Amino acid sequence: MERLKTGDRIECSYAGTRFNGTYITSREGKAVIKLDSGYNIGVGSDTCRFMERPDPVGRPEISTTQNDSLPHLSIISTGGTIASRIDYRTGAVTSQFDADDILRAIPGLSGIARYRTTQLYTILSENMTPAIWQELAAAVYKEIKNGATGVIVTHGTDTMSYSSAAVSFMVDTPVPVIFVGSQRSADRPSSDNTMNALCSATAAVSPLGEVAVVMHASTSDDRCAIHRATRVRKMHTSRRDAFQSIGIAPLGYVDYPSLDIHLSPGAVRRGSREPAISPVLDESCRLLYFYPGMPPSALPETGEVHGLVLAGTGLGHVSTDWIPALKTLVDDGTIIMMTSQCLNGRVCDRVYDTGRDLLKIGVIEGADTLPEVALVKMMWVLGNEKDPEKQRLLFSSSIKGECMRRSLHGL
Amino acid sequence: MDYEKIGLLAGIEIHQQLDTKEKLFCRCPTLLRKTEEHSGEYHRYLRATESEMGEIDDAAREEMKRERKFTYYTYDSTCLVENDEEPPAPLNQEALVLSLTIAKMFGMTPIEQINMMRKLVIDGSNTSGFQRTALIAVNGTLPNGGRIETLCLEEEAAQRVEGEIFSLDRLGIPLVEITTSPCMHTPEEVREMAGYLGMVLRSTGQVKRGLGTIRQDVNISITGGARIEVKGVQELDLVADVVKREALRQQNLIMIRDQLLSRGAFVQPAPVDVTGLFTDTGSSILKKAKIILAVCLIGFSGLVGYEIQPGRRLGTEMSDYAKKCGVGGIFHTDELPAYGITTDEVEALHRALGTTEKDCIVLVAATPKQAHCAAMQVIKRAGFALDGVPEETRKMLPEGNTAYMRPLPGAARMYPETDVLPVLVEPSMWDSISLPELLIVRALRFSTELGIDEGLARQIAFSERLPLFERAVMERINPTLAARTILGILKEIQRDGADISMISDDRFIEVLHAVESGKAAKEAIPELLRMVAKGAGTDEAIKKCAPAISRDQLHAIITKIVDERAAFVQEKGNAALVPLMGVVMAEVRGSSDGKIVSELLRKEIERVCKSR
Repeated sequence: MERLKTGDRIECSYAGTRFNGTYITSREGKAVIKLDSGYNIGVGSDTCRFMERPDPVGRPEISTTQNDSLPHLSIISTGGTIASRIDYRTGAVTSQFDADDILRAIPGLSGIARYRTTQLYTILSENMTPAIWQELAAAVYKEIKNGATGVIVTHGTDTMSYSSAAVSFMVDTPVPVIFVGSQRSADRPSSDNTMNALCSATAAVSPLGEVAVVMHASTSDDRCAIHRATRVRKMHTSRRDAFQSIGIAPLGYVDYPSLDIHLSPGAVRRGSREPAISPVLDESCRLLYFYPGMPPSALPETGEVHGLVLAGTGLGHVSTDWIPALKTLVDDGTIIMMTSQCLNGRVCDRVYDTGRDLLKIGVIEGADTLPEVALVKMMWVLGNEKDPEKQRLLFSSSIKGECMRRSLHGL
Repeated sequence: MDYEKIGLLAGIEIHQQLDTKEKLFCRCPTLLRKTEEHSGEYHRYLRATESEMGEIDDAAREEMKRERKFTYYTYDSTCLVENDEEPPAPLNQEALVLSLTIAKMFGMTPIEQINMMRKLVIDGSNTSGFQRTALIAVNGTLPNGGRIETLCLEEEAAQRVEGEIFSLDRLGIPLVEITTSPCMHTPEEVREMAGYLGMVLRSTGQVKRGLGTIRQDVNISITGGARIEVKGVQELDLVADVVKREALRQQNLIMIRDQLLSRGAFVQPAPVDVTGLFTDTGSSILKKAKIILAVCLIGFSGLVGYEIQPGRRLGTEMSDYAKKCGVGGIFHTDELPAYGITTDEVEALHRALGTTEKDCIVLVAATPKQAHCAAMQVIKRAGFALDGVPEETRKMLPEGNTAYMRPLPGAARMYPETDVLPVLVEPSMWDSISLPELLIVRALRFSTELGIDEGLARQIAFSERLPLFERAVMERINPTLAARTILGILKEIQRDGADISMISDDRFIEVLHAVESGKAAKEAIPELLRMVAKGAGTDEAIKKCAPAISRDQLHAIITKIVDERAAFVQEKGNAALVPLMGVVMAEVRGSSDGKIVSELLRKEIERVCKSR
């Protein structure tokens, strides 16, 4: 018997009747068949008989036109899905990456800019690595040097804030570099992809001049928030408005469907920086989330890592039992920075004894830097600056807005 | 009408909500709410996704033409799954087992591996833009020998509040969809089969009851006609009427087609602007309109006004099509002069258009955009008249007529719901499903085993309160008393304004026990239940409204009443019994059993008569 392939027309005998369908796949020992009614069912593969293998359906040739008078945007995709296409014949959902496909799926984009697309990676964002951040930074920098009015990076949402922070540290940009993704899959009519894409393109041609994340501001399709790359965090597993600015108001909003954009006075403006890239990262850094009773043995060995970020409790604490082990690490040259699991608020190790002990042995206060951002910052600082004194200076200052000099109220 | 001769073929698609504890894909209760209780709202747009064929579903494209903003009401009984803000939970096992039970009751074969699908629906009634649905079983049988093609388990859509506002309480309630083959040949057979399907579903004791919880779509065609799907027939009693009237409509449309063809009729392909002809018209609608367009239907005279269903004409069908463009309706010369349009104006119209009284002219008055759209719709529908019956989805109107809703949908756009894992129906699971007793069998058992009247037995077996009845019988309460109280008295006191939802099953049974043990009289049941509904305990209610009277006390009361009316009793003899019963019962206010009262009263009447 012919080995069945996806798309083959088959005939099945089931429940005393014969019916025709399309072979989809084999799952858990059953042949999954798409009936002509559209339903998939799983039945024993011995009930199915090969009928014919239809010619593959050619991709429709619907050309899209780009308006040369519009500003030029570069879209770099890393795996986040901005557009999908469904094959109702087989039920397959495929992600779309080239400019034509994206414009066909989201026609509104063609009124905002003309696009050039680069497919850098197709990976799930949990599989990102610092090495890919570096490649991404280089790709973004190249597009900036090539004169892009703005750059859009499509990215899986899970680790988008790590990547946006990394690019923010590595690249000085005079134009907007916008990270965007979707929380609800692009195949569904309710997906947030279209609105997020239109708002990100709007932000990418706007007077903004820094790296940002543009995603839904609320559960409604009414506006997207523009978040600073180094102050944003995914705060919900599934909601559209999962991305939130922490300790800072968003840099602005893009209303939908009007696409009116409002930037806050604090948003860095277009042209404020000269393009530059410092793409070195020291990957020998770790982030450790402390919990009550966590043994000091959870700490890396002496000399095992160059930098360590602690996500401590409250104002920035770990158990008193840890002090000797931490001292050994610091004395050995490991840079240790304290951040807080509270995410909101500032580390202050001068209030309680444990904190004072931590400072005494040389642990650096991470101010209000988010733990993940502190990790990325540490990789970048240790990679680009070898002088310990200058390193300390960089850690205690804000490079790309990652730490604030004042803690604002009302946020 | 000889339905066999006209080749009537009908099939049913039944949608029945299941009464499960939780929804199909989240753990929210299957609870319907009042819209004013909503806790919040949000707004969304839906967009159809491009398909591999490089096209968007026609129906979807139609929906997308207007940029539609949907509003959704949330409740404290809905969650992020209904909001399309969280992946679905695993398939509700209770709903799965229940749907398999129903499948087994119809003798169907389950699908070995159930695959959940996403069916594209972008009218706003599903927040995700698709409805989750799975084929559960195939190939069942009906008592008429017809076939049940499929049984699907799917999620209920959100309820439309008004316009583009939807309420999320209903979204996600499990629903079974049962589709029969076109195996019915008379309106009565359709009614009977729909009734049978409903009876089997209710036999599970686990389906929702009440208006809107079961919906029937009926597919109807006759020879030479076309397949028509009538949506949302909610009342069983109307099913036969819908079929009759649809068969009639198709017959008339075929007759109209034959006439049109014999007349050489045709439709002029473009409308003509006739606004200028009506500058001084007495018709307020024409006067107000920005533009008036005329559609010339050559050779159509008399047929546009021909009645195809009681109260509905071919012109009404054209009007339904035109209304899709937002106009209020149309005028046609078959119904003119009327509505302020004069004979002179009709003649002027014919002169200007070069038509005669053999032709029919349809007028559309609106804004230019709407009028043009509506005129093209009239031209489209008039064109269909030359072919006979167009395939359509229609909605039911109150008396069983139907009106155009939309073209029949094409093949459903479906793709796998990848967030829900396929479910294997193991043979052991299928075998372990026990079949509930059919309600018709149960009714028969009630009348033979419990000795209650056949009609009453059927009524109680089909009642929503069947479990209460069965419990009463288990507790050795007289079955007829239990059935009559449930079916009669509860309804009666509810009609009078009592909140019978406040009467728990326990209280209800206590009241019946009190009657059975002689603590209260049968006659006191309505008053006792009324008091229990207001929150009284059973003993408290008995004490207040029906303190038990001893036989001696009762005897004394009756003696007194009879003695006071001695002359009347002596005159009437035994005929005095009925009027005096009323007097005594009013006096003892239900504290005594009518049977005992009548027995004592009869003796007293005899005594007084003898003493004359």
